[in-house]
Amino acid sequence: MTTVITVPPSLDDHSFEQVLEQVAPLPADAKILVDARHARWSSPYGLTALLTLAQTRTERPALAVPDHAETASYWARAAFFHHAESLFDLHGSYPKRRDLPDSNSLLDITPITKSEDVHNVVGRVQERAQAIIKNELKLESKAIMGFAMTLSEVCQNIIEHAGQGGWVAVQSYRWTKRLGRRVVVIAVTDAGLGFRKSLESSPGHLPSTRWDDAAALEEAVIRGVSRFRDRGRGQGLAGTRNYVGRWNGKLSVRSGTARIGIVPAWDDDVPLAEGLPHFPGAQVQVIIPEAVAGGADR
Amino acid sequence: MHHIDVSSVLRQTLACDLYSNLVTRPTGAAVRGQIETMLGESPERAFAVIDFSQVSMIDFSCADEVIAKLLMRYAADDSPQEAYFLFRGVSEFHRDAIESVLERHGLALAIEEADGVSLLGVLSELERHVWAAAYRLGPATAAEIARTIDASDTETETTLDALDRRRLVMRVSGRYVAVGSPRG
Repeated sequence: MTTVITVPPSLDDHSFEQVLEQVAPLPADAKILVDARHARWSSPYGLTALLTLAQTRTERPALAVPDHAETASYWARAAFFHHAESLFDLHGSYPKRRDLPDSNSLLDITPITKSEDVHNVVGRVQERAQAIIKNELKLESKAIMGFAMTLSEVCQNIIEHAGQGGWVAVQSYRWTKRLGRRVVVIAVTDAGLGFRKSLESSPGHLPSTRWDDAAALEEAVIRGVSRFRDRGRGQGLAGTRNYVGRWNGKLSVRSGTARIGIVPAWDDDVPLAEGLPHFPGAQVQVIIPEAVAGGADR
Repeated sequence: MHHIDVSSVLRQTLACDLYSNLVTRPTGAAVRGQIETMLGESPERAFAVIDFSQVSMIDFSCADEVIAKLLMRYAADDSPQEAYFLFRGVSEFHRDAIESVLERHGLALAIEEADGVSLLGVLSELERHVWAAAYRLGPATAAEIARTIDASDTETETTLDALDRRRLVMRVSGRYVAVGSPRG
């Protein structure tokens, strides 16, 4: 029997939870059809998380592609179908990427499996990010390098901790629905070990009385704890947190059944969400918004 | 004296001309390994200018591998040799990552800028004061330095010895010389 998993029309980090609520109760080898026919929009997080979802399944899942031509075209240009072809049985028609103009994204969906991939990603994004961060987000030039550093660190998180490859995508768009301003969004997702298991693998790990996915995220994201004993470890996420705070952005990290966030005043998300449907690995999203004249929201 | 162009070392390490970004731990460890090999070609005491001028950016992980571990290795009791470093070409695009790792490990380094050399990182007020005096004076004894800052000889000498262990001043023929001092 195939279970149909309905993809909401607007797919982002929050609405993706609706997908996970449907998938989490199913065994990994259950046959699923991810029905994206009615999807009209997806954030980079939504697209990378769909690919990651497929990697958590032992039985190859199916995916019904969006009916809406513009949506299918956008997903194709973002390289979603290019990668999805190897992970899903795709149903429905979609344009081939080679037949479409280049996407306007900063970085189409890109696999991250080794250190060289991080060099490649940072090198590709840097020049385009410079123009967007300066001209569209109206941030100081210092924000440009910080953005590349942040991208590098969150990608390295996959290589250092996931135990398998993951995905990254970077996009700039006007976030009308929630913010009414332009944003640059980094989404990095993997279906690997996740934070709890990664920290448990540390030789010096002593689980506290409360030890779960949320506690692991607090350790890693807030306190900069790493599975490595080396004192220099754990600086990547700490640096990402500082960067996000400095530019009034948002950082959210989901792993297992919890999500932790550095939440700015412009967003109403909770800092820590527990008891979410289980999703293996780690999913990170960084949002940097356009500056407001006079720094009104800072 | 060694002049080590970090971007050249990076290109040799990656065997690729495309990138000028110092990112990832493995890259940082490989770049540091190359720098250590170059230093090892010197006699006992080495002085190296580590030049970041052609490096676009450095991330935290790479800064930890290249800079923090380099400084810690050569300031350790079992250091492979006596080595001193002057960092050149450090721009605002490198500073955040470098300052972050220095703070994390309680380290400091000498940095050359247009208006001279200064120290970056974790130092006490007295250490900064003593180092600045040594930098201005050129080769000097602890007593000479103490006189210019109105401090006791003992306190100044203790501080200079601590700066020497951190490779921020060197001892030459019984005198102290600040790393990068124009009179050194």
